[in-house]
Amino acid sequence: MAEEKHIDALTGTATTGHEWDGLRELNTPLPRWWLWLFYITIVWSVGYWVVYPAWPLLTSATEGVTGWHARSAVVEDLAALKAQRGPLMEKLSTASMTDIAADPQLLDFSRAVGRVAFADNCAPCHGAGGGGTKGYPNLNDDDWLWGGKLADIELTIRHGARAGDDKGRAGNMPAFGRDNILKANEISAVADFTRTLSGLAPEAGADLNLGKKLFADNCAVCHGPEGKGNRELGAPNLTDKIWLFGADKATIVAGIQNGRGGVMPVWAGRLPEPTIKALTLYVHTLGGGEK
Amino acid sequence: MANALAPQKTMTIGEGGSALTFALLAILSIVVAAKAHTPEYAFHAYLFTAASIAAVFVIVNRYYERPAAQPPLEIDGKPNYNMGPVKFTSFAAVFWGIAGFTVGLVIALQLAFPVLNFDLPWTTFGRLRPLHTSAVIFAFGGNVLIATSFYVVQRTCRARLAGNIAPWFVVLGYNFFIVIAGTGYLLGITQSKEYAEPEWYSDLFLTVVWVVYFLVFLATIMRRKEPHIYVANWFYLAFIVTIAVLHLGNNATVPVSIFSPKSYIVWSGVQDAMVQWWYGHNAVGFFLTAGFLAIMYYFIPKRADRPVYSYRLSIIHFWALIFLYIWAGPHHLHYTALPDWAQTLGMTFSIMLWMPSWGGMINGIMTLSGAWDKLRTDPVLRMMVVSVAFYGMSTFEGPMMSVKVVNSLSHYTDWTIGHVHSGALGWVGYVSFGALYCLIPWLWNRPLYSLKLVNWHFWISTIGIVLYITAMWVSGILQGLMWRAYTKLGFLEYSFVETVEAMHPFYIIRALGGLLFLAGALLMAWNLIKTVTAAEEAEPAKLALAPAE
Repeated sequence: MAEEKHIDALTGTATTGHEWDGLRELNTPLPRWWLWLFYITIVWSVGYWVVYPAWPLLTSATEGVTGWHARSAVVEDLAALKAQRGPLMEKLSTASMTDIAADPQLLDFSRAVGRVAFADNCAPCHGAGGGGTKGYPNLNDDDWLWGGKLADIELTIRHGARAGDDKGRAGNMPAFGRDNILKANEISAVADFTRTLSGLAPEAGADLNLGKKLFADNCAVCHGPEGKGNRELGAPNLTDKIWLFGADKATIVAGIQNGRGGVMPVWAGRLPEPTIKALTLYVHTLGGGEK
Repeated sequence: MANALAPQKTMTIGEGGSALTFALLAILSIVVAAKAHTPEYAFHAYLFTAASIAAVFVIVNRYYERPAAQPPLEIDGKPNYNMGPVKFTSFAAVFWGIAGFTVGLVIALQLAFPVLNFDLPWTTFGRLRPLHTSAVIFAFGGNVLIATSFYVVQRTCRARLAGNIAPWFVVLGYNFFIVIAGTGYLLGITQSKEYAEPEWYSDLFLTVVWVVYFLVFLATIMRRKEPHIYVANWFYLAFIVTIAVLHLGNNATVPVSIFSPKSYIVWSGVQDAMVQWWYGHNAVGFFLTAGFLAIMYYFIPKRADRPVYSYRLSIIHFWALIFLYIWAGPHHLHYTALPDWAQTLGMTFSIMLWMPSWGGMINGIMTLSGAWDKLRTDPVLRMMVVSVAFYGMSTFEGPMMSVKVVNSLSHYTDWTIGHVHSGALGWVGYVSFGALYCLIPWLWNRPLYSLKLVNWHFWISTIGIVLYITAMWVSGILQGLMWRAYTKLGFLEYSFVETVEAMHPFYIIRALGGLLFLAGALLMAWNLIKTVTAAEEAEPAKLALAPAE
């Protein structure tokens, strides 16, 4: 209603004369800096349209004066990478692993390839640095379930363990309790005896004689009479104080009760051949590689 | 209307028609529930049945209870405002806000401590995240928008809200949609489109609610007693119309069957991605920006008791904003299969959007010229002005992040999450809190229970926001730099899991920020509840229950 001009006393600016629910509007001009920045962004955008692909036409789009295109940019990037790595990648593909191990520059490159492949494919189980975790072996130490020579590591990577590949690593820890081979008190005795193999204290009142006898009858066939393990079967060395699942009695009892059988996936066919080679060398050089 | 005879009580077409429609919907939902392909969908059908039957009962009951004449549009020459739906939605907003912030805190903690997923499908991050985003944007933000729009349109048009059942259908229907959407996420019903997760049947129902909302709002504007339409109403109208268009475009799906919650979108591949982000970005542009600018344009000048800074700026930035925003969506798809030209347009229109966005900031902040001292004495006004400052900051950050070279670092990182939250917590959250602190005392015609508590709310939440966004800036940029770090042979320097590990401390700081923000909101809820109840306790004898004028 209030259509008459009204001057705001505090700013001296006129209002538009409109009023709603007591609200008025000053007729302040547009701030110059605001207007100029707005113009600048428009000019910049028009310039960008000239330089890069911008406006759609019927069946194509304006190309832009530079001819830049995201797809061709990626192709160029990949070509540059190939040119940089090409000669070394070629050598890596053709050279044997022992040759690579003997050539420091090639070994360095191979480890770089292996490190990335390890991070992408192996780290989820074995840890970012190959340190392992409960149930997943540490690859930095000298303790190998299936062998630490280049050929051993390659076979494990290529064909996996217990993953359905006939050439892969096979051999399970049986479920002595679940399959009614041993009774609860017998499992307890074997577990106590197993701990003594690496110098750990048995529980008070443990029947070590029974444990020793049962170990000889049931466990020694895979783990060896002295518990030193057997790499043919992936049976761990029980005397080295390195425990895949844990050294506490409850964990050992659980292993005897229900068995163990961790799976390593088959990587042959999933990873390119040079990558498998590089991974093998990488794991071999993590700290525990055997000659 | 101008009938000298005593009006005879008859059921209006609206009452009869809506009761009949709800009765039919009840029957349809029972059939759907009986033949539903999944138990989750049957549960939703039963909810529809129960709500429809309740609606029929309420409409018929209301008819018997009401006087013969419809409520007059004016009493003694003054508009007879209809504030019931506004009161309902303002407290619905408080309720959903607390719920949404709480779920946000939970998922922030889940990212820092994954064990909190509890290995249950209903409580995993994947289901709780959309629950959080929808609860804060649509449940909290939506109720604030409906409450303030129904209030502002009546006051600035000097007209009673159009319709009798329609406004209640809008507020109750919208909140029922929220219940359907939220329970759906927890039960695993989703079409997996960001901010548009609800399936086809919820979308259809929301469409009906939204069209009624539009009609109520438009009809109220058309019966206005003022010669001009106030700027806030332009923004509300732009928000309502554009959201309707976006909702229909991005939810163009074909259901597998009326008995199945599953549907398939008609768009495919990169077209689907483009439509999704045309929708997604304009949910930000029109829901979270235009709608809340409308709130700013009413509540800041009202609270500061000052005229709006510049009418000319409001016109120019309004039209520039709505023309430019709608183009900016492709900047969510930089370096994807989206054609280069579309990426270019998305980026350049985002850059051009910078000043139109800042037009709103200038008008919001400069409205205080001559009243700056009120920032010191009025924490409610301070909250709203700080919200406009956050708006200015995030509308600079947004265009900057849309530049392709910046985006190649920021995209897919936590920086985006930080950007969203400086807008969401700082801008949308604070302007909403400010509006609620104004609105609820005005609606109930009582003073705010405690300004001191508002001050506490302001500082606790501000510290929370600062912790949140700085943690996300640092972690986002760190994450982006780690992802793109190469060795001299061109191999990636870090594995993905190493980058995740590096985020951990920042995720804890972010959760702490969220906790503070939630704590502030709880103070607000208590303050607002006390505003409505404490005055009653204080003056039980006085009859101060005249309808809010």
